[in-house]
Amino acid sequence: MTALLSLENLSVHAGGKALVSNLSLSLNRGERLGLIGESGSGKSLTSLAATGLLPTGLSASGSAILAGKQVIGASDRELNKLRGTAVAIVFQEPLTALDPLMRVGKQVAEPLARRAQRDGAPLSGAALDKAVLALLDEVALPDPQRMATSYPHELSGGQRQRIAIAMALACKPDLLIADEPTTALDVTTQAEILGLLDRLVRERNMALLFISHDLPVVANTVERVVVLRQGETVEAGNVAEVFGNPRHDYTKSLLAAARRLDDAMEGRA
Amino acid sequence: MSTATMTAPADKKSHSLALKAGLLLVGIHVFVGLLTLVWLPYDPTAMAGGRLEGPSLLHWLGTDRLGRDLFTQMMIGSRIALIVGIGAVTIGAIIGVTLGLLAAFASKWLDDALAATLDILIAFPTLLIAMLVVAASDTANLWSAIIALGIALSAIVARLTRILAKRVLVMDYITAARTSGSSWPKIVAIHILPNIWPTLSVNFALQFGLAVIAEASLSYLGLGAPPPNASWGRILQEAQGTVYTAPLGAIAPGIALVSLAIGVNLLADGLRDTIDPTRRAR
Repeated sequence: MTALLSLENLSVHAGGKALVSNLSLSLNRGERLGLIGESGSGKSLTSLAATGLLPTGLSASGSAILAGKQVIGASDRELNKLRGTAVAIVFQEPLTALDPLMRVGKQVAEPLARRAQRDGAPLSGAALDKAVLALLDEVALPDPQRMATSYPHELSGGQRQRIAIAMALACKPDLLIADEPTTALDVTTQAEILGLLDRLVRERNMALLFISHDLPVVANTVERVVVLRQGETVEAGNVAEVFGNPRHDYTKSLLAAARRLDDAMEGRA
Repeated sequence: MSTATMTAPADKKSHSLALKAGLLLVGIHVFVGLLTLVWLPYDPTAMAGGRLEGPSLLHWLGTDRLGRDLFTQMMIGSRIALIVGIGAVTIGAIIGVTLGLLAAFASKWLDDALAATLDILIAFPTLLIAMLVVAASDTANLWSAIIALGIALSAIVARLTRILAKRVLVMDYITAARTSGSSWPKIVAIHILPNIWPTLSVNFALQFGLAVIAEASLSYLGLGAPPPNASWGRILQEAQGTVYTAPLGAIAPGIALVSLAIGVNLLADGLRDTIDPTRRAR
C-alpha cells in the first residue's frame, strides 16, 4: 500500500533562501507523526506545502504526494479536489480560524454540505442541520443546539477549537493536520482537546500530522517524530527512541529545556 | 457566553439613539423627496409671489429673486440630492468594490499598478475629477454629474476594499475554507464580503454625504443639473447675490445639506452596530 502522504526532498524557498530543505517523511492511515521544532523551523510551511497552500512569494520543490497525487506544481483546480476530501487542517489560533461574522453552525455546515455534494449525496435543510448537530456532539460540545446558533466570540477558546475540529472532520479527511492545535489554550483545555483528537483519529482511522513545539504534548500524542531546525531535519524516528536517546545536540537541548521547566515546576510545588 | 448576554445598557442606548436620529433625518428627506413626485405647494418655475419676500404663511421660506417659492425649490432639492447620493454611491460601490477585490487577488505587479493608479486618482479632489468627467461629456446634466461623481468616488472605495480584503485574505478561516475545498467566488461571497461590509457600509454613508455636497458644488459652478432643476447647490448660487437682503436662500440649502449628510452617517453607524454581531454583543 502506498503512503497517504509522502514527502521526498521537499524544499520551500522564499527568493533564494531555503526555509525548508530536503524534508522526507511518509505517513499511512492510522499513523501519527509529530513535526517538532522551535518557531520558524518550517513546521507550518511544510504542512502548507503538502496541501499546496503556500502563500504567494514562496515556492516548493521536490515531491509531495498526497493520496496518490503530486501536489507540487499541481493547478489550483486539481488541488481543490484533494482539499476537503484527502486532507483537512486544524489551526493554532481558533479565534482567527473561524469567521467572526458567521454563526458556527453555518461554518460547520459549509464543508459538510460540500463533502456530501462530492460524495454524490447532497445534504440540505433539516438533514444538514442534523448532521451539523451530530458533528458538534462528536467533538463533545455541550448543548450543540445552542452552540450552532452562537458566534465565535461568544464561545470559549476550547469551544472554538472544538468547532474548528468539527469543521475539519466535516471534510471526512484521510489525513488530519493539526498545526499547534493546543498552543493557544490553557493546560486543562489542552488535555481535553488532545484527548478528543486522540479519540477521533482512532475512531475514524485517520492519519495525523501533529505540529508542535511542545515536547510533552508530542510525546503523548504521536508514535513517530521528525525534529526540524531551521528547515533541516535533524532527527527522525520513534518517539521513545528520539526522546529517550537523542543523538543530535539540538534535540538534546530541546529536551533539556523541557526538563528544566519540569524541575522548576516541581521545585515550586 | 456571559459576554454575549451581558450588554452595556448605556452603549446599546446610544447605538439605537444614533439609529433613530439617522432614520428621522433621512426619513424626512425621503418623505419630502417622494412627496415632490405627486404634490408641490407651487409650480417651481412660476412666479408665485413678490421678489425676495421674507417668510410668511404663504411662502414658508420666502421667495427668491425671481419670485419663485423657496420651500418648493428646497423640496425638489431633496429629491435631487437623494438621486445624486444613491446614484453616485451605487456606481462608486460597483466599480470600486470590483476593482478593489481584483487588486486584492491580483498578482503582485497588477496589484501594484492598480494601487498606484488609485493613489494618483485619490490625490485629485473628488470634485476636480467629477468636473473633468462632466467637461468631457457633451452636456452637463444631472446624470452626467452622477456618473462623474460615481467614478470619482470609486477610487476611494476601491482602495478601501483592497486593504480590507487583503486583511481578511490572510486570516486562518480563509485558509481553512480553502483546505476544505471552497472555490474563490464562494469564499468572496460568504467570507470576504460579509467581513468587509461593516466598514464599507459606513464608508458608503460618508461617500453619500460627499456626493451630495459635491453635486451642490457642481451645480453651484453650473456643471450640475441645469435650470430649472432646483438642486441645493443651484439655490445657494442664486441666493449668493442677495444673501444680505434674503439670507434664508443661503441658510436653507446649507441646513438641508448638513442634515442629510449627518442623517446618512448616523443611519450607517446605527445599522452597522445592529448588524455586526461582534459589536452588538458589546
